[in-house]
Amino acid sequence: MSSSAISVQGLTKRFGSLTALDGVDLDVPAGTVFGLLGPNGAGKTTAIRILTTILRPTSGRAEVLGHDVVREPAVVRGLIGLAGQYAAVDPNLTGRENLRLIGRLTRLPRRRFRPRADELLERFGLADAGDRTVRTYSGGMRRRLDVAAALVPQPPVLFLDEPTTGLDPASRLALWGMIRELVGIGTTVLLTTQYLEEADRLAGRVAVVSEGRVIADDEPALLKERLGHTVIELRMPDQDRAARAARVIAEQLSLPPERQDSVLRLSSRDGSTLLDVLHLLDERALTPRAVTVRESSLDDVFLALTGHHAEADGTP
Amino acid sequence: MTAGQLADHAGVRAAVRTRERLTAPARDALAVAGRNLLGLVRVPQLLVFSTIQPLVFVLMFRYVFGGVIGRSLIDVPYVDYLMPGIFVQTAVFGAMNTAIGLATDMQTGLMERFRSLPMSRSAVLAGRTLADLARSVFVVALMTAAGFAVGFRLRSSVPAFLAAVLLVIAFAFAMSWVFAVVGLAVGDPETAQAAAFPVLVPLVFASGAFIPVNTMPGWLQAFADHQPVSHTAQAVRDLVLGVPAASDVWRALAWDAGIVAVFAPLGVWLYRRAV
Repeated sequence: MSSSAISVQGLTKRFGSLTALDGVDLDVPAGTVFGLLGPNGAGKTTAIRILTTILRPTSGRAEVLGHDVVREPAVVRGLIGLAGQYAAVDPNLTGRENLRLIGRLTRLPRRRFRPRADELLERFGLADAGDRTVRTYSGGMRRRLDVAAALVPQPPVLFLDEPTTGLDPASRLALWGMIRELVGIGTTVLLTTQYLEEADRLAGRVAVVSEGRVIADDEPALLKERLGHTVIELRMPDQDRAARAARVIAEQLSLPPERQDSVLRLSSRDGSTLLDVLHLLDERALTPRAVTVRESSLDDVFLALTGHHAEADGTP
Repeated sequence: MTAGQLADHAGVRAAVRTRERLTAPARDALAVAGRNLLGLVRVPQLLVFSTIQPLVFVLMFRYVFGGVIGRSLIDVPYVDYLMPGIFVQTAVFGAMNTAIGLATDMQTGLMERFRSLPMSRSAVLAGRTLADLARSVFVVALMTAAGFAVGFRLRSSVPAFLAAVLLVIAFAFAMSWVFAVVGLAVGDPETAQAAAFPVLVPLVFASGAFIPVNTMPGWLQAFADHQPVSHTAQAVRDLVLGVPAASDVWRALAWDAGIVAVFAPLGVWLYRRAV
């Protein structure tokens, strides 16, 4: 038996004339977290839907723990948990009833799913709200319940489609902690995200997806090394000085910055880039009005990989 | 969970085999039905308004149109003619909830979760139609009480009346499958409601449910004489009036069986491909 938990080859999905997935290959080793990073409409959710047997692929192969999702969907469904992009819980049931329903439908014995539901409510900070109908929950509480529902049967492979979208920072950290813990006991997690930081913190490997294709597939550290992990933004007093500064930096440091009006943007691999740039500008008396140093965003990665920005509607 | 459990596919396979047993789909369907009934209890206003509407029909036909219709009728008081029609109308209108419920589950993403679970493929639909069946029993009981309150009198026996009620409920169940297909086909509750209306209005009003069809123009009679609402209303009426009912009852049951035979597989097929 191979050590791949998820294995995907040449996966393609067309909806009429629209190609949502275009020959995707993925290999996720068992017991790891794999991140699918991409903007809205890149095909992340389509990939998850195929892997969870909800959609059939147009062509290509996909296996979960060695079981083909098209030929053995019933076996695959017994091995996976799914938390989708929308909180798929029943608003008319209480949190506890929702979790028990999933326990019943995944054929757990009552003596197992009842304590399991209580335990998950506790872990996700929903113990006090467990007997209220979900209708009264906040968006973040619903999301947490949705993820808890995916965990009821203790699946060996877990699919999380943008699990932290709409979560407050505390809940996000709690969920990250829980994901790490699951991986610690051998669970394989495939998660999609629009946040580079999230993929970086959690995933051992990241595939960047754009327009249905995998355009990079690497360890986050290596990806960052290739793409630069911080972005330096220099706001110059005017466009003329911005143009001169861009020219100097490109010539002297062989780092061509991107210029937008009077703002220069360049990615750096370490602190020396920033020092070099500032020295250089000081020498030429080109003092920036403001300097910003920030983490690379998904958009920066996209720019570096594809030469164009991620979809404009990709919420930052 | 231990790492050892991860490799234990044999256990999952056995579970998959286990669920092929006959009881598993029924248990799944009951779990989903229970969930739907809980929803009904938690949103009582839905139940209240969906019972007020048939009550309004009872009062309207009994007291507003009843005078005119009753005069041009028949050898029985109009209220005794009317109530069987009301029962059947209630069944058809109530079945619309099946469309709305399924469409809501599709819109909220719950359907997607169900489709990723190792549960029976028919359970979501069967659970929904079963819950709507339980609802029909409640509403028919209420309509019976309302009927007696406005002067309806049973002219046959109690067993015959119970048979009539069962016939109404069987028809409600069959119509649920029709509306399950409508709900799955459109996928959102507002559209489901709008789409269901033009299906049920001709069925209910171009029928013998409230008036004898012989006052309708010929082309409409041709339709009204050969559709399930007319046939079911006639069978129910035979049973409560105490006239020979066997052939009408068989015809109504044949409709129920035929409708389920066509729409249940169609519904399951739509469920499998719907997202």
